[in-house]
Amino acid sequence: MDVLYFAWVRERIGLPKETVQTQAATVMDLVEELRAREERYAAAFADLTALRVAVDQDLTDFDAPLKDAREVAFFPPMTGG
Amino acid sequence: MIIRVQEAAFDLGEEANRFAAQRSDMGAMVTFTGIVRDLARGDLDRMVIEHYPGMTERALEKIAREAQDRWSLGDVLVIHRYGDMAPGEQIMMVATLSPHRKDAFEAAEFLMDYLKSRAPFWKKEFTSDGADWVESKSDDEDALGRW
Repeated sequence: MDVLYFAWVRERIGLPKETVQTQAATVMDLVEELRAREERYAAAFADLTALRVAVDQDLTDFDAPLKDAREVAFFPPMTGG
Repeated sequence: MIIRVQEAAFDLGEEANRFAAQRSDMGAMVTFTGIVRDLARGDLDRMVIEHYPGMTERALEKIAREAQDRWSLGDVLVIHRYGDMAPGEQIMMVATLSPHRKDAFEAAEFLMDYLKSRAPFWKKEFTSDGADWVESKSDDEDALGRW
């Protein structure tokens, strides 16, 4: 699936988008896999209360299932308007 | 419903006039415009707004649909820019058309409250000292509770 990062999450991880091969059942499982990769991922995902997640472009929770998901995005709380 | 996400500046007067002119059975239009505000220190060089193409349009359409379900509206307009902006530039606008002003005002406030914390935009401020992502305010999240 495609994993996208925005704002400071993108900057901390160092890329806007990557394709990830994963069997993760939930967003939280995916986060654990990413955290285990490298320090920059662990740093970006250190405090989940500072992050929001969207699955297939709909805002959701970290316990959301990833079955059939094509796109997961991680970003800080939004500041539009 | 008119939703536009664009890098280019827009002409507030022209957009409002064109939006109002499409219906003659609407007695009220409310518009809101967001403007790049200089910092209290007065040293903001520029602001950059990042967004999530695809989700941004979906999120704005969902919020506008919800407003149309809840209030008596002839139409809803949302324009939101991304990219590089200087202090004083217009970032975004919403406009609501309704037979009566109460619906137009309330729907415009609802659109702004939801847009601020549910549409995927992120602001970064650049000064001579460096750059900082704007942090969301808990007030913005709390504002959703009243709807």
